[in-house]
Amino acid sequence: MRNVYVLGTGMIKFGRYPDKTVPQLGGAAAILALKDAGIAIKDVEMFACGNLQLSNAMVGQRILQQIGQTGIPVINVANACATGSTAFREAYMSVAAGMYDIAMAVGVEQMGKAGLLGGAGGGDPAYSTEGKLGSGTMPAVFGQAGIEHMRKYGTKLEHFAKISVKSHKHATKNQFSQYRNEVSLEDVMNARMVAFPNTLYMCCPTGDGAAAAILVSEDKLKQLAGGRKRAKVAASILTSDPWTDRDLILPDVSTLTRRASKQAYEKAGIGPKDIALTELHDCFATAELVHYENLGLCGDGEAGKFIDSGGGVHPGLGGHDPVNVSGGLLSKGHPLGATGVANICEVVWHLTQDDRAKERQVPNAKAGQAHVIGLGSACTIHILTV
Amino acid sequence: MAEQAQATDTGPRPIVAWLKLAPKPHLEAIKCACGAIYLDPKRVACSKCGEADKFKPLTLSDKGKVYVFSVVHQSYPGIKTPYVTAIVDLPEGVSVRANLTDVDPEQAQKEPNKIFNLPVELVTGVAAKDREGHDVIAFSYRPSKN
Repeated sequence: MRNVYVLGTGMIKFGRYPDKTVPQLGGAAAILALKDAGIAIKDVEMFACGNLQLSNAMVGQRILQQIGQTGIPVINVANACATGSTAFREAYMSVAAGMYDIAMAVGVEQMGKAGLLGGAGGGDPAYSTEGKLGSGTMPAVFGQAGIEHMRKYGTKLEHFAKISVKSHKHATKNQFSQYRNEVSLEDVMNARMVAFPNTLYMCCPTGDGAAAAILVSEDKLKQLAGGRKRAKVAASILTSDPWTDRDLILPDVSTLTRRASKQAYEKAGIGPKDIALTELHDCFATAELVHYENLGLCGDGEAGKFIDSGGGVHPGLGGHDPVNVSGGLLSKGHPLGATGVANICEVVWHLTQDDRAKERQVPNAKAGQAHVIGLGSACTIHILTV
Repeated sequence: MAEQAQATDTGPRPIVAWLKLAPKPHLEAIKCACGAIYLDPKRVACSKCGEADKFKPLTLSDKGKVYVFSVVHQSYPGIKTPYVTAIVDLPEGVSVRANLTDVDPEQAQKEPNKIFNLPVELVTGVAAKDREGHDVIAFSYRPSKN
């Protein structure tokens, strides 16, 4: 396999764009990435497009119909919340395998105010089990992931709430973030409960957004980078949920993450101590907490202690092992298909001292990781290095 | 015969295939030779070991213990909140998702430790009427009475 580099990135601010279409949002991010790479759409040889909610609608081709119909192969990818990162991985693989030298990945989603997600049934509504046989809504499912940690290790509500406070503080420094307001611990604890223990501020919002990346081979990098610092894709891992005792009843988001994490560190030849920043899948505050342990940022059962000791907090705010300095899904937003590419953009920007992360730059970042979970389940981890 | 058929047609229906209403309400699973237990009786093969033909029916106990729970405060239109959703571990080695009844949601949030491992038992009740007018029966778990 060949080395692959991220030559360009582009992202539009996450938020609500009711007057735009999905191809327009995705096209806007693609144009930004092409410009950042210093190339044109005619130079792109392959395009992987991640979008979930219009996965039968040829979104990738429709993006090219907005920005340049060059006739290249297009793959439309759907993989739950890991949609964007799986598209990125398709582009990565096509370059790594030597098939193409320049590939583009776009993640895009337009959710509007989509609501809870998960748990709704089809057919005769009388036979929908939602609310009658427990709940399959995302807040309830991820609430229970936190409760499981509480049961095992005595984790407190405050631990989860602190994650939301941190996320919101980080987001104030991110111009791409959907929400940029600070919240206090009291605000989070006293907010309306959605599904115990996740209050409103411990749940990510729904919204619209897009992000894009241009991936190139080493030869092309030398030819096109013009001396600019560019990040290498040191590991691109995808796992699905292996059989575990309760996975079919209560989705197990930990085992497949641990498996992906182990593979990613091995592939990159580094460990958690070498990671300067982590963007992880904090769809709910409870999810972030369990992933501290799943990604090896702290030991098993130590996630509460980790957050209490400033773990996950930007070094500029007195913390260590920064997690989601972008504001994460909780504040930056989570337009499903866009998330996986946006997380990679964030890591790349810190590694290359890009102006787009200027306000929140993690100092001396040589390696970073982006983790995504798509329930159902898919897990991607990308480690990038400079 | 015609009368009997009609009587069957108007009878109650379980909300899921693995809830059996007779002779008394219980859950019916399938167990693979490898030990994995599933609630969907028509599955293609065992997702633990991959074997397709090693399933035997297994009647599940009506008693279990709560593993974890959440209190749902926001749901889809028409679903009454708050309610307690739980994962109940059964002695056979399988888990079931269901509502907890006779547990105060407020209290459960205050003292989650009291819900973990809580012994519970299966109860059934009419959850809805379907388009054809049949009672749709769902199950939940309540704290064990004995």
